Amino acid sequence: MKTPLALAGVVLKELYRRKDFYVLFVLTAVITLLLASVNFFNDDKIVRYLKEICLLLIWISMLVIAIVTTARQIPAERESRTIFPLLAKPVTRGQVILGKFLGCWFACGLALLIFYAFFTVVTCSREGHWPLGGNLQALWLQWMMLAIVIALALLGSLIFAAPSSNTTICFVVVAGILLLGGHLNAIALQQTEPLTSLIYAVYFIIPQLEIFDVRDLVIHDQQLLGWLDCLGASLYAAVYTGFFLLAAWLVFRRKPLSA
Amino acid sequence: MDAILKTDNLWVEYRAGQRGGAKVAVRGLNLNVQAGEVFGFLGPNGAGKTTTMNVLLGFVTPTRGEAHLFGVNVREPIARQRIGYLPELTYYYRFLSAEELLRFYARIFGLTPAETERRIDRLLKLVELESARKRLIKTYSKGMQQRVGLAQALINDPDLLILDEPTSGLDPLGRMKVREIIQRLKEEGKTVFFSSHELGEVETVCDRVAIVSQGELRVEGRVADLVREHQANLEQIFLRIIGYQPSSLS
Ligand SMILES: Nc1ncnc2c1ncn2[C@@H]1O[C@H](COP(=O)(O)OP(=O)(O)OP(=O)(O)O)[C@@H](O)[C@H]1O
Ligand SMILES: [Mg+2]
Repeated sequence: MKTPLALAGVVLKELYRRKDFYVLFVLTAVITLLLASVNFFNDDKIVRYLKEICLLLIWISMLVIAIVTTARQIPAERESRTIFPLLAKPVTRGQVILGKFLGCWFACGLALLIFYAFFTVVTCSREGHWPLGGNLQALWLQWMMLAIVIALALLGSLIFAAPSSNTTICFVVVAGILLLGGHLNAIALQQTEPLTSLIYAVYFIIPQLEIFDVRDLVIHDQQLLGWLDCLGASLYAAVYTGFFLLAAWLVFRRKPLSA
Repeated sequence: MDAILKTDNLWVEYRAGQRGGAKVAVRGLNLNVQAGEVFGFLGPNGAGKTTTMNVLLGFVTPTRGEAHLFGVNVREPIARQRIGYLPELTYYYRFLSAEELLRFYARIFGLTPAETERRIDRLLKLVELESARKRLIKTYSKGMQQRVGLAQALINDPDLLILDEPTSGLDPLGRMKVREIIQRLKEEGKTVFFSSHELGEVETVCDRVAIVSQGELRVEGRVADLVREHQANLEQIFLRIIGYQPSSLS
């Protein structure tokens, strides 16, 4: 385990020093604060509106951070040839995959903490009460979902040669699942036979990412999910993450590396 | 005595792009490097030197044949516990400083923090990067990068060093330093296997050399024996082997 953790440390250090994503933090902060400063008549409505925009920005920013960061990890190692001195040490390719995954996932966790801390401060100072439990739960579930996305992007980075095509494909797939995934069963019913089964099959195979989206509960200050549901969702995420990481390892294991 | 580095009838074919055909980079190579030797691995550009090293490090699986380090098949990661490797043309993590880079590699070998710091101090002194140790690697010159590479290859105090053109990109002084380092490693009883195009330097530091051309072993032997046998220096032997005719230029 020390090797994957050491690798994860390097991923974090790189992100911290590259500073690309600071732009997203600043952008989210500016847009939200601008909205917060506008005054409408109905104070109740504006808080809700503010929350909605802020959460949407957080979701989009986090997907960008997760996919873009992950997609370039292994291609960058190969391009700069740093993969060679690395694998010349007693490091297995499985450890490289695990290390890259952990690094990107921890980085996303940190980014989420910053985003949600900001979200909590901005919205709660307006509302006057502090629903920490709900926000914490939303953060946790989003982090679990990002684990699946990161593992998927890592797998993609080993299959598609160009990081940019991998990034695009990941965005399309993730956005597709988030927007359509939950409705596929309904869509399947409206089709004729071979298609119905096919769409059903897809519905059962793909990870249902939208179950991790509890933005509505946060916006409307509704009851939290039960902790058991939360645990179930986390296990669900762990299974898919493990599956994608395993697939990534199988692809990477026998890949000849020579520049 | 057992060979520390050994290849048996090694064949490596690369799939050549879209059209299918295969490019044979290494053809039936047999090498034996004994403990304590400095072994020069020579050959013209494209002869298959880097490819052979890629097999030794497990980056490429051979089409046929096997390779062993310390008697362990190179497919096992553990075969790489006691080796140090300097790749050709590598850029290290640009956003780390030399000492952070070495600390990262030391962690992989499971060195204790105290031991790590001791080795980093010693190695950075050896490759003369002490004054730049806290600077990010992206600000280094080519020669400095090459020297960071040498330092990382030595971080685990390896018994076998595999160096791919260790002096490329270095100035005359830098080359002499690398030669001195190789000599010192030899005195410590380490084994060094390296490729080079600098035949004069090879002649001074190597015990034995092998010359490959188009993936095949052409000559192998002790430098002194070869020179005596062929009545020529290493450079002349090399040129003769790769089929260079002096008249073809005039
Ligand atoms: N990834 C690859 N795909 C296809 N062919 C390759 C690949 N890598 C190397 N080759 C070919 O294999 C042969 C051997 O290359 P290699 O890099 O081992 O040579 P080398 O002896 O290290 O040469 P140099 O002195 O220039 O470093 C060359 O003909 C090269 O074109
Ligand atoms: Mg080479």
